[in-house]
Amino acid sequence: MLRYVLQRLVSLCLSLLVASAVIFLALEIVPGDPAAYMLGLNAQEDTLAALRDELGLNGTALQRYGSWLSGMLHGDFGISYTYRTPVAEMIGDRLWVSLPLALFALGLSCLIAFPAALWAASRRGTLGELGVMGMTQLGIAIPNFWFAMLMVLIFAVNLRWFPAGGFAGWEEGLFAGLKSLTLPAVALALPQASILTRVMRSALLDTLGEDFIRTARAKGLTRGQALRRHALRNAMIPVLTIIGLQFSFLLAGAIIIENVFFLPGLGRLVFQAISARDLIVVESVVMLLVFAVILVNFTVDLAYAWVDPRLRGRR
Amino acid sequence: MSLLQVENLRVELGGAPVLQDVSLRVASGQIVGVIGESGSGKSMTALAVMQLLPPGARCTGQVALKGQDMLALTERQLCRMRGRDVGIVFQEPMTALNPLQTIGQQVAETILIHEIVSRAEAMARAARTLERVELQVPPTRYPHELSGGQRQRVCIAMAIALRPELLIADEPTTALDVTTQKGVLDLLKQLVAEDGMGLLLISHDLGVVADMADQIVIMQRGQVVETGRFCDLRHSYSKALLAASDHVPDRTGAGSEAPLLQLRDVVRDYPTPRKGWLGKPGRFRAVDRVSFEIRRGENLGLVGESGCGKSTLTRAILGLEAVQEGTILLGGQPVYDGQRANRSIRRRMQMVFQDPYSSFNPRHRVGRLVSEPFHLLETAPQGVEKERVIAEALESVGLQAADRHKFIHEFSGGQRQRIALARALIIRPDLIVLDEAVSALDVQVRAQMLDLLADLGDRFGLTYLFISHDLSVVRNVTDRVVVMRAGRIVEEGKTGEVFENPKNIYTKQLLATIPRLPENA
Repeated sequence: MLRYVLQRLVSLCLSLLVASAVIFLALEIVPGDPAAYMLGLNAQEDTLAALRDELGLNGTALQRYGSWLSGMLHGDFGISYTYRTPVAEMIGDRLWVSLPLALFALGLSCLIAFPAALWAASRRGTLGELGVMGMTQLGIAIPNFWFAMLMVLIFAVNLRWFPAGGFAGWEEGLFAGLKSLTLPAVALALPQASILTRVMRSALLDTLGEDFIRTARAKGLTRGQALRRHALRNAMIPVLTIIGLQFSFLLAGAIIIENVFFLPGLGRLVFQAISARDLIVVESVVMLLVFAVILVNFTVDLAYAWVDPRLRGRR
Repeated sequence: MSLLQVENLRVELGGAPVLQDVSLRVASGQIVGVIGESGSGKSMTALAVMQLLPPGARCTGQVALKGQDMLALTERQLCRMRGRDVGIVFQEPMTALNPLQTIGQQVAETILIHEIVSRAEAMARAARTLERVELQVPPTRYPHELSGGQRQRVCIAMAIALRPELLIADEPTTALDVTTQKGVLDLLKQLVAEDGMGLLLISHDLGVVADMADQIVIMQRGQVVETGRFCDLRHSYSKALLAASDHVPDRTGAGSEAPLLQLRDVVRDYPTPRKGWLGKPGRFRAVDRVSFEIRRGENLGLVGESGCGKSTLTRAILGLEAVQEGTILLGGQPVYDGQRANRSIRRRMQMVFQDPYSSFNPRHRVGRLVSEPFHLLETAPQGVEKERVIAEALESVGLQAADRHKFIHEFSGGQRQRIALARALIIRPDLIVLDEAVSALDVQVRAQMLDLLADLGDRFGLTYLFISHDLSVVRNVTDRVVVMRAGRIVEEGKTGEVFENPKNIYTKQLLATIPRLPENA
């Protein structure tokens, strides 16, 4: 088991290194000089040079890559070109919105999908299953920004249960923070829960067709017992894969929902930074997201091993 | 009163009857064998007794276990009986166990479901049950760490943990080696004697059941053909089954002196995982200095248990993998040219695999499947010529030329094996390697297939390498036999001599495990 974890860790570090190189190279190729962009069209050549120097844009690519890497290792992501504040601070603030939002949405998604999938799988061929599957079709088909606006109209404008947008900030208290994240989380969770339900239901049905379920039934387990005790854990591998993918997506891909609810999240930060040629912010956020994705995959790998003894290596 | 009494059982699946008028009885301490070809309704009978029929099945008649009518019980009552009063062991031990739970947990579950005991108590009893089935591994192991025979013992332990009065064993040894098969059958016999259980033993193999069962039920197409003691079987179908199980095909040619395939000191090593981060990878010697030759026109049998290196050797013979030492020559030329299979030699060999269901691409039509080996030829036939060759190949194995437009799912297992043979024949090879090619077939279909092989062998001057764990088939169709164990050849000789008078102790053990029909049949 230890060996498996070490192997995964080594592969994690290598992936990070490769990813950082790719990100750096990609941004090297992107046209546009941040210094020129900041100073406008009429900038003097010597002012430009001074600014470039200040921003650390001079020197060979290798030097800049090295200082970027070593800076990141010390928690120093550099200074934003446009806002002139440390990037680490900016990202930190945004992360406190995006991370809880992603976790909230993922939690909701699992909370909806697990019971729905179990329910649908145990009632194969009934109207109930048809209903659940129909709902998931709808959940995937509805654009979530439209659903988000619908919820704002109902729950914020008419019922006034939740704020219509903006983020209260965690200093207002946990409850206030969660309250402003609830509607966005529901909007994000709806399609994710639908996908997860479908994946889990089909994984469960596949497992229910296995021989060992028949063996379990022959031991005297009821259909429900066989489903919960034997099928559920065996169906977890594809479900874990999807959960991992969804988490990575939720962390960075919430940009539309963040815009609908005016949330200061990572998605909006990247969007704004790209429009302003604030390459150092783009670099850092993308690197952070890559790190998050790789970390999630690492966790999912560990979860696989926890679920399946065959992956822990032979004794 | 019988322990199990089945009267006029009828089962319909989607309106079509799969069982009709099935009646049989099992008394305590009695072994009743159910024999039939695939599709005869043997397994369906077992599932009907357990009331574990597939959804949509309609069941009428009477199934009485200990006087209780199983068809009248509620699902809750049935769950209470399953595992406690009746246990079942299925055919496929590789998939019958939950891969995510230890074997101890799975045996203990049978106890925990039916009795109010602590988990520790259940685990202790599970461990004792595993000892009872003579399993020499700790209960903390997972199924993937066990061999097929060991897994089947775990399945038996699960079924007998609560000492049920009736045990159903549905093809319990079909997926196992002959030596393992004997161990499992002996265990079942012993358990019946010790606990006084009734045993319903289902098999397609008359030899397995004949010397064990007190009563034999022969089934065909969902109906009981005959019931009685083995020596009293009279029905023509029973006789036909019996004859087919020991069928000797007619052959004229017995091989010339000229060698076709020569193996000299062949060694095949596999690297094993490295020990630690800096350790060297280990080495597993799957084939160890194997030498033999096959003469042109000869039938050679290669026998041995699973894991003895048969399949590895086959891959090496076909030139699919490099060998570490030694040479493999076909007609004097090496089969492997350093990087890959030697094409000019490769086209002189073809292969037929065991599983007729998974060895074809289901999206291709038969014509395309059969003509696949054409890529080995320098100039493959085209157009009309190609159609003619495909038609000829199909007709030579007893199929119609028009079958080339069909898909593989439209054929039965026996027909698929014929298609596999047509695929092998189409480029007129010298050598055909048959890897358990008839093992998955019913006895009567198998007999026809063996006749076909003999006929084609004579007509086209083919040489067969017959790889099988089924010793009775090897005995009936081969001229010479090679016995392999743990990567080495332990005995080699004329088939008749080896079977009559084995020299090696392992060969003797192997031959002793062949299920034999009682003499007075």
